Amino acid sequence: MDNRNKEYWNSNLKIISMLLLVWFLVSFGFGILFSDFLDQFKIGGFKLGFWFAQQGSIYIFVLLIFIYVFLMKKLDEKATKKIDPD
Amino acid sequence: MSVQLLTYIFVGITFALYIGIAIWSKAQSTNDFYVAGKGVHPIANGMATAADWMSAASFLSMAGLIAFLGKDGSVYLMGWTGGYVLLALLLAPYLRKFGKFTVPDFIGERYYSQFARKVAVLCLIFISFTYIAGQMRGVGIVFSRFLEVDIDTGVIVGMAIVFFYAVLGGMKGITYTQVAQYCVLIFAYLVPAIFISILMTGSAIPQVGFGSTLVDSSTFLLDKLDQVTLELGFTEYTKNTKSTIDIFCITAALMFGTAGLPHVIVRFFTVPNVGDARKSAGYALIFIALLYTTAPAVSAFARMNLIDSIQDQNYTTAPKWFKNWEEIGLIAWKDKNNDGAIRYSSGNALEGIKPSFSEGTGIYGERLLENKTDQTNSNEVYIDRDIIVLANPEIAKLPGWVIALVAAGGLAAALSTAAGLLLVISSSISHDLLKKTYMPHITEKQELRYARLAAAAAIGIAGIFGIYPPAFVAQVVAFAFGLAAATFFPALFLGIFYKRLNKEGAITGMLGGLIFTATYIIYFKFINPSLNSEDYWLMSISPEGIGSIGMLVNFVLATTVSTLTKKPPQQVYDMVDMIRKPS
Repeated sequence: MDNRNKEYWNSNLKIISMLLLVWFLVSFGFGILFSDFLDQFKIGGFKLGFWFAQQGSIYIFVLLIFIYVFLMKKLDEKATKKIDPD
Repeated sequence: MSVQLLTYIFVGITFALYIGIAIWSKAQSTNDFYVAGKGVHPIANGMATAADWMSAASFLSMAGLIAFLGKDGSVYLMGWTGGYVLLALLLAPYLRKFGKFTVPDFIGERYYSQFARKVAVLCLIFISFTYIAGQMRGVGIVFSRFLEVDIDTGVIVGMAIVFFYAVLGGMKGITYTQVAQYCVLIFAYLVPAIFISILMTGSAIPQVGFGSTLVDSSTFLLDKLDQVTLELGFTEYTKNTKSTIDIFCITAALMFGTAGLPHVIVRFFTVPNVGDARKSAGYALIFIALLYTTAPAVSAFARMNLIDSIQDQNYTTAPKWFKNWEEIGLIAWKDKNNDGAIRYSSGNALEGIKPSFSEGTGIYGERLLENKTDQTNSNEVYIDRDIIVLANPEIAKLPGWVIALVAAGGLAAALSTAAGLLLVISSSISHDLLKKTYMPHITEKQELRYARLAAAAAIGIAGIFGIYPPAFVAQVVAFAFGLAAATFFPALFLGIFYKRLNKEGAITGMLGGLIFTATYIIYFKFINPSLNSEDYWLMSISPEGIGSIGMLVNFVLATTVSTLTKKPPQQVYDMVDMIRKPS
């Protein structure tokens, strides 16, 4: 693999790990492991842990995919520009 | 107009629409048949993926399940949506870049092994048939309750429709019918949810109404629900009853299983390029989230309404839906204290849980039961969880056309998923087994003919499952996800992210994950179901969650064996470099 591709792949890996960290935190973290602790806080009629488990995590999942789409589009443009110098 | 007539009209119109689309989008080549010519717009593919993914179980059963499980039901909500993040970030773009037709195709080429390909085909067929059996049951329930035809006739009509557009149109026909089916099913799901939300909380958005106060009161819906469930002897609605580790493992098994399901993955082969594959996963999740964030609201509304409308009612004056569902055997009432009133609380009403009815009716007109009464509690009501979504509009006293709409939506959900599954089964047979393994010299035209034949045969088998449903259908759903998580996910993920993984590692990993997971589930579900409780489980992990441990077994075996055996050939390194490159 040449350097440009290696660089592209490493940036991709960095983006993926960042986003998966958030993915893990909102679902397994807020929705399961710390859910009971978060339940002492409320938003509207929802206990916070319950809200993350049944609503919040899903909204954030959608957001994460679109952030990835956006970041990768930028990365792809940068990478292809480098390859064809015109 | 009667509800039944309205249902016939709605179902008739939607079926005519599906057939129309099938004729318009007939497949001309294997490329059309397997991957819709790779020309599907990402939004259309997102809708098709959503319809493909959201099965009769999502549409008909999930909200009911959550209504009775309360917070424990979150495993389905997070598990069946979180997998799309994994798909979008870890699998879909690379598999699209690989650019072939099926999941076993990738496994066969990446691990340079026909044996690996065959193991993949075997897992795929098992997972897909397990799933189809559930869809057919959904079709049967809708037909028998709303159109008052027998379940068998219902299944045959459903099969005929799927036969028409799957065999004729292949992936292309399926994709565009699924777009239509998504629109039907989401409309059918949201309309009653919005009505009920307005009636109960005054908010037109169920996701908001769910966290609002009840109409004419300052009490929050969820607080009231917690209080009522506690009074009736259940765990509070917003509290977990399962252990944290089990919830963790079930959620993980469902997420990784989702990302490893072949009929979902193959949808990302149909878009024009890699960027579109990522986008398409995002759109798919938006369309899915629309239903999945509404479902828990529907559950809470339904649980509240259900308790309100039957608790302490005399059977003779009980609502009509209660008797309708009793008529087809999905509700049963046993008057334990002989006072003629319905008492609903925690515990099983009947010994053996499921009712078996005998001839004749009791003094209040209720159906008589053969079951012995369970005297350990005072609950008198058996309610099948699958009916909640279908009964909800009736329970909330919504107009007849809403009820008819829900029936059409349930059918759309079941048929779209069944079609997607049939397609992956037929393509893995005609492409992976025939073209790539046993009959490499057939022409494309012959391959297309075999694909159609395989689809027709698969529909026939699925129909038989629908008419004679194997008793273990509900039991084996855990299988489909557990196996997908323990076999496909690690093989695909490592295939892309770990070049050093060789065929020895991949095959040992898949077989190890498969055997471990299958043994655990078969032991607790079939061989020794009496031991199926937390005391006997491995680290208190239920058979539903064991797939996540199976996945770890796969990862460990695959990487260890790979390190100890020789490197994969250079062409595999080149192939992985190719799929990692920017599009």
